[in-house]
Amino acid sequence: MMKVEAIIQPSRFESVKDALVEIGIEGITVTEVRGHGRQKGHKEIYRGREYSVDLLPKVKLEIILADALVDRVVETILKTAKTGKIGDGKIFLSRIEDSIRIRNEERGESAL
Amino acid sequence: MKSTVAACCLLLFLLSAAFPCIAQQPSTSPVQSSGNSSSVVSEADASQALNDKLAQLEEKTKAAQSSADNAWMLVCAALVLLMTGPGLALFYGGLVRPKNVLAMMMQSFALMALITMLWALVGYSLCFGGSGSFFGNFEHAFLRGVGVIPNPDYAGTIPQTTFMIYQLMFAVITPALITGATAERMKFSGTMLFMTLWFFIVYAPMAHMVWGKGGFLNASGGGRFPTLDFAGGTVVHITSGVSALVCALYLGKRIGYPKQAIPPHNLVLSFIGACLLWVGWFGFNAGSALASNGLASTAFVATHFGAAAAALSWSLAEWIRNGKASALGAISGAVAGLVAITPAAGFVGPMPALAIGFVAGIVCYLMVTKFKAIFGYDDSLDAFGVHGAGGTIGAILTGVFAQALFNPIYGEKKPVGGLDGHWVQVGYQLAGVAFAWVFALVGTLVILKTVDMVTGLRVSESEEIEGLDISLHGEEAYSSES
Repeated sequence: MMKVEAIIQPSRFESVKDALVEIGIEGITVTEVRGHGRQKGHKEIYRGREYSVDLLPKVKLEIILADALVDRVVETILKTAKTGKIGDGKIFLSRIEDSIRIRNEERGESAL
Repeated sequence: MKSTVAACCLLLFLLSAAFPCIAQQPSTSPVQSSGNSSSVVSEADASQALNDKLAQLEEKTKAAQSSADNAWMLVCAALVLLMTGPGLALFYGGLVRPKNVLAMMMQSFALMALITMLWALVGYSLCFGGSGSFFGNFEHAFLRGVGVIPNPDYAGTIPQTTFMIYQLMFAVITPALITGATAERMKFSGTMLFMTLWFFIVYAPMAHMVWGKGGFLNASGGGRFPTLDFAGGTVVHITSGVSALVCALYLGKRIGYPKQAIPPHNLVLSFIGACLLWVGWFGFNAGSALASNGLASTAFVATHFGAAAAALSWSLAEWIRNGKASALGAISGAVAGLVAITPAAGFVGPMPALAIGFVAGIVCYLMVTKFKAIFGYDDSLDAFGVHGAGGTIGAILTGVFAQALFNPIYGEKKPVGGLDGHWVQVGYQLAGVAFAWVFALVGTLVILKTVDMVTGLRVSESEEIEGLDISLHGEEAYSSES
């Protein structure tokens, strides 16, 4: 099992989600987050006082998958989340030891 | 137009009064033969009837005027209250952080209640009772003698009750303006005590000196230094603005200021507040004519023009310096323009109103951005930068632009301001401004020392970090639990 963690632009979220549903992804967890990578924040000025806003709003998707599906999901996210500008985000892949369905205590891939 | 209608009415009335006399002639002729005396009596009766009818007509005309003026002035009183709540409360509330928004709005609201109580007990009397040079007296304490009969010293066509409630709304908003400088760090108990003392020590004497009968700065009452102040440039904006600066210096900076970012938390609230202030200001300035007349229209137009010009000039200054015109800049400019036009509204024409607003927008912008940054005081929401500076500019320019054409306050054909060639008026304005500055400065300093000893002024460090909404009022504006 693998975890796909994708941090993307909020403006691309709807398209990414729709594309993932289309390829049959069933479980997804979404969080609104703030952060920055190489993209720097912007400046705001209130009555002459400048504030630099470093942490920008992003959306984080977390999907746990059977190994076989990972490439397709990554490909889909790359295709739909890209605007080509700095700040498009990142995808992180990591191995998952186990998963447990709380309702009936099923384990492993069948619990996904 | 008015005089033509009046003349027609009079003519009709005279005719209708005369006809019965003529019609009575034949019926009286048989009696006439018995002697001359009764004919004299009937003629006297007729002229008596005529006089009575004239008197009645005069009374009815007066009643009609009073009704019109009273309707307008009651609406104006409500408009001025609207400036404090929700106008100022929203304007200031949006500019603070989310943890302090209720405390900010609560100060304005609490003043609506507190000053009203003080006003009813002795406040009105201290402002408008008696004819002293510096102070009012207790003539109208507990509103004694304040009823439906007009007080000709101030407003001869409206019930004194209306004048009283209208003036109260000014006394409410003036101290509320100061809370912009003490935002996010002053105790609620300290604020209430400060405002009570400030009302008695600074506002009431100042209102009496400028507007009260016998006041030494009163232009319409023949004061020693006649300061033109139509709706409160000195009484409201200089006193509150200068006191705000003293408070900001005395209290010290908020924790983290200026290193930590303290941006406004909700400019939408501020936006709505500023728009309500603009509308309410028509009651403030046009209402200061104290009648529904041409002077009110002059002041209404000047008010609107001043606000518009200042909104533009502040935005322009910002655009040039930052490359962008911000919403906060536009609304701050409008308020600065409204402040500056306040003393001038009933004395100047529309073009000078545009000029006053335009100058005020730029000066206040520089005060708020440059001047404050140089001196480093934490006038959190710019009560001094907008009200102190705007009020001062407005008061001085009133002396320049005031014209007898709009308000012959010194008598028919007598020059009023610089445009009329009466440049000494600018000197009087400067004297009035200087006096208001010193008076507010000294009074506020004494009050702050006193309050500091009694209740203390600043909240504790941990209370300030937690936010005043929770630490002082035990509630939150925006609850995270659904």
